[in-house]
This record gives sequence, C-alpha cells and structure tokens, in this order.
Amino acid sequence: MASKKYLLKAPKNDLRRLPGFTTVTLLCLFILYAPLMVVAIYSFNASTSITNWGGWSLAWYGDVFFGPEAAKFQQAAINSLIIAVCAAFAATIIATAAAVAMNRTGAFRGKTSGFMLINLPLMVPEVVTAVASLVFFSTIGFTTGLGTILLAHIVFCIPFAYLPISARMQSVPDLYEQAAMDLYATPLEAFKLVLLPIMMPGLMSGFLLAFIISLDDFLITNFVKGAGIETLPTAVFGSVKQGIKPNIMAISTLMLGVSVVFVSLSWLIGRAGQSQQETK
Amino acid sequence: MAAGAPDGASSKSDIYAGNGPRLMLPVWVFIGLFLLLPVALMGVYSFLTKEFRGGVIWDFTLTAYDQFFLDRGLFGDDPAKIEWTYIGIFWRSIWQAGMATIMCLLIGFPTAWFIATRDAKTRSIWLFLITIPYWVNLLIRTVSMKFLIRDTGPLNEFLMWSGVINEPLGLINTNFAVQLGLFYSYLPFMVLPIYAAVERYDFSLSEAAADLYANVWTILRLVILPVVKPGIIAGCILVFVPSLGAFLAPDLLGGAKTFMIGSLIEEQFKGNAGNWPFGAAASMILLSIVMAVLLIYARSQTKGDK
Repeated sequence: MASKKYLLKAPKNDLRRLPGFTTVTLLCLFILYAPLMVVAIYSFNASTSITNWGGWSLAWYGDVFFGPEAAKFQQAAINSLIIAVCAAFAATIIATAAAVAMNRTGAFRGKTSGFMLINLPLMVPEVVTAVASLVFFSTIGFTTGLGTILLAHIVFCIPFAYLPISARMQSVPDLYEQAAMDLYATPLEAFKLVLLPIMMPGLMSGFLLAFIISLDDFLITNFVKGAGIETLPTAVFGSVKQGIKPNIMAISTLMLGVSVVFVSLSWLIGRAGQSQQETK
Repeated sequence: MAAGAPDGASSKSDIYAGNGPRLMLPVWVFIGLFLLLPVALMGVYSFLTKEFRGGVIWDFTLTAYDQFFLDRGLFGDDPAKIEWTYIGIFWRSIWQAGMATIMCLLIGFPTAWFIATRDAKTRSIWLFLITIPYWVNLLIRTVSMKFLIRDTGPLNEFLMWSGVINEPLGLINTNFAVQLGLFYSYLPFMVLPIYAAVERYDFSLSEAAADLYANVWTILRLVILPVVKPGIIAGCILVFVPSLGAFLAPDLLGGAKTFMIGSLIEEQFKGNAGNWPFGAAASMILLSIVMAVLLIYARSQTKGDK
C-alpha cells in the first residue's frame, strides 16, 4: 500500500474519514444484530406469552428438549445434521476434483462449460431449482424423502465448497508436487501426499461452508422433502406459520449459537491456513 | 457470482495434464443430471396440460403461458385482453427487489467504505462482524425480524413506552416490511464486493487529484467512481437477483397485498391452486429475467476489460 506513508500527513478533506460513515456502519451493525439479540433475550422469558416479560427462565429450553414437540424437533434436527454432513462431504470431494481439473490440468475440452456448470447453482434462482428438482424427481419416479433432499443439497453445495478450495489451490504453487514427481512420485502420490495436506485448511473451509449452506436451506428442501419428513428449517417454518411460540425462539437461539460457533471455527481455520502459508 | 477465476486460466499449472475431463465427471453427473436436466424438463413441463391435484398430462399446449399473459374471460371465449394479475406480481417483485437493493446500497456503501479504510487488523474484525449474521439461518433471521417489528413486538412496545408513538407503527404485512426483510437477508452481499473494490483503491490517487485542485465531488466522480463501480454493480446484482425470487421474506413479513413471484410459484406446487405447468411457466419467466440480468452484467464486464 503506497498510500500508507501519506497517512501521516493527514490532509484536510481526507476521503478515508468521510463524515457520517461511522454512524451508518454502527447503524448497519445495529440493524443486523438487533432482531437476533431480541429473540435470544426473549427465549429466556419465563412467561408463556411472547409479548410480556415474566422474568428470566430456562423453561423454553426445557420445552425444546423434553416438551410435547421435543420428539418432532429432535428428529428434524437429526435429519438436518445427517443431510448436512453427507451433502458437505460429497460436495467437498466433487469440488476438490473440479478444483484440480480447473487449476492443475492445463487446457482441455469442456473446461469453460465445466466452469459454468459449477457456478450454475449460484445463478439459477432458488425457487426455480426447487421446482425443477421436484418436477425431475416426480418424472423419473423417485420417492421423495431423505434421498431426494440429499441429492438436491449436494448440487447446490458444490459451488460453495469449490469457492474456498479453488482459491486456496490457486495460491499454492505446484513446485512441491513438481519436486515430488522429480523424485519419481506418481501423479496420484503427488496429489495425495503433497497437494492434499497443503490443501487441508481450504478443504476444511469448503466443507464448513457447504455444511452451513445445507443446514440453512428451506425452500428447496420444502419442495423435495415429501410428506412426513422434516428438516429443522421446514419444521420451524411449519410451526411459525401457526404463530411464533416461545419454544421457537429457544430453537432459534440454539441454531444461532451453532452458526456462530461454526463461522468462528471456519474463520480461525482460514486464518491458520493463511499464517501457515506466510511462514512457508 | 462466479467462483474463483473466470475460467481457471490464471493458474497455468498442467501438472496433472490429461485428467481434466475425468476429474470434472462428478460435476457433470451431479449438476448436469440433477440441475441442468431438471431445468430443461421444467421447460418442457411449462408446455404440458395440468392434472388436477398436481402433476401433468403429457399433452403439449401453450395454455400455461396463455393463462399468464392473456385474459380470455370466465369461459375462455372472450376476445383476448392482456392479463395484468401475474404481470403485476412480477412487476411488484421487481419493484420490491429494486427497493431492497437501494436500501442495501444506501447502508452498505458507507459501511463498506468505512471498513475498507480501517487499518488491516481492525478491518478483519469489522468484516467478521458484518458476515456473522449472514451465516445465521435465513429462516431464523426472517422470523426474528417478524418478531421484532410485529404490532405487539418489542420495537412497537419500546417506542410506545418511550412516548415516541401512541399506536403501533403497523409495519408488518406492508411492502416496507418485505423490503426490510430482503434488505436484512442480503445486506452482506452488498457490503463485501464494495469493500473489495474500495480496499483495492489507492488513496494517494485522490491526494494527487486534490493537489491538482480537484474538489471532493470531482475526485469522487472521476477518480474513485471508476474504480469502485464494478463493486457497486456486483453488489447490486448479488442483492437484486436472490431478492427477486425470494420466498421467506414476502411469505412471513408480507401479506396478501405483497404477494411476490416466489409465493406465486410455491402456491402452484403446494397450495390449492396446484397447477404445475403454470408454476413451471412462471419459473421459466423468472429464470429468463435473471439470466437476462446476468447476461447484461457479463457483457458490461467484458466490455470494461477492453
């Protein structure tokens, strides 16, 4: 940054310090966090009403785990987890193969179209993907259920896994693999023993990103889930349609907590990967 | 929109040369078979005849598109007039998505600018704070917004308690509530690309311009805007496109008067209307609009490169 030295001079009319921008940024953060904070606070409400404050209590968390709807939400949470883990795992493998093809195999026929295909799930509106999947599964006679949800999730998770994996592979020069091959490693060995370990932070961020994206999905799941099968978002949506109840706020706060933990984790992994690379 | 380099060409390595097609096979199988083919099939469905209670009969017809654009009266034998109901829903969706984009730009631009001009350490903390809410489940965020702004919710309670207003604002089920929900859903999509553009900007350029007696507005218009514009356009597209087909925000925060494309399509497959070909036709029209926006964007990008 050549401009860094100029900072000392601090000219009048410094465009880096525009008036009011600090206020807008704080306002922006306030808007982003206020609804989540309010719900988190109200999830500890002792009152059975969602409007009145009746003092602090963990009653609604108890209701989530042991209440009348506990079995339904637990099954939904288990379904969500199974799908998210499987979809993220499959998407990470597919995205890694694609990243190698895009960054390490030179030019080949179908490279550009392949790249467009990877990004297709990001370009097609979610509701269109949902309709297309439903129409497809019903035409070929797939019974809707966990299997169809999983297939649909793998598809839209691929670009999100590809993003950090490919970015990291681009930043790693192929010198190490070349060195390994000079020492008679086969391409497969060079990939497995040299590239893959270097790529680990990228693979981890790709997996976590795909995992969160899968957990987040409501619309596509709602179209292809079939009757009787629920994931956490579709179960929560069904419940919210009949009015927001206090136990939904407790579930929301738990999901909020899980998201924050995962994002922090992926941020730390990303940072560890960066500093590891800098020391190399 | 695009992940990584435009065509992977920036990385010259061909250390595993010859394996490209084989390594791309899983992508072709999964995205080709379970997304590209289904979208094509959906296109075919839009020309089929509807089966009552969902599904289709394999008789080719233009009925779905006819129903979308033309009004032929109750018995279908009046002279065809333009049917405004569905065009109106699409127009409202475009308007709502546009308003949400403008709101995101008004708040997102100063925020991105502010973050990009901090020093490197604090910058990453600010960015982290902006991105966390994005990773929270969209449904949870939308429900939280509904909880906050509903008539007996904390926002109205607080404003009435503090004496600012005497009766609830009546925000929920309005166009503004839906815009607020869309804004809340996609704000980080606006901040991040603008941040990336401003971060690249070398502020010594504006100092040089100032030394040559350019005033602040001239600097903004002639020096900064050309550098930051791609970030602004990318941000606007990243907010506008998902807002257009959004389902959760209009469904949970809006009412009957704020009906948008997403709900119209969903209703054809879930609700009582149950008209699959019509839902497929509406999806095709939505997809065409989105692809047109992306194509115009891609064109402007390649022109800008030259």
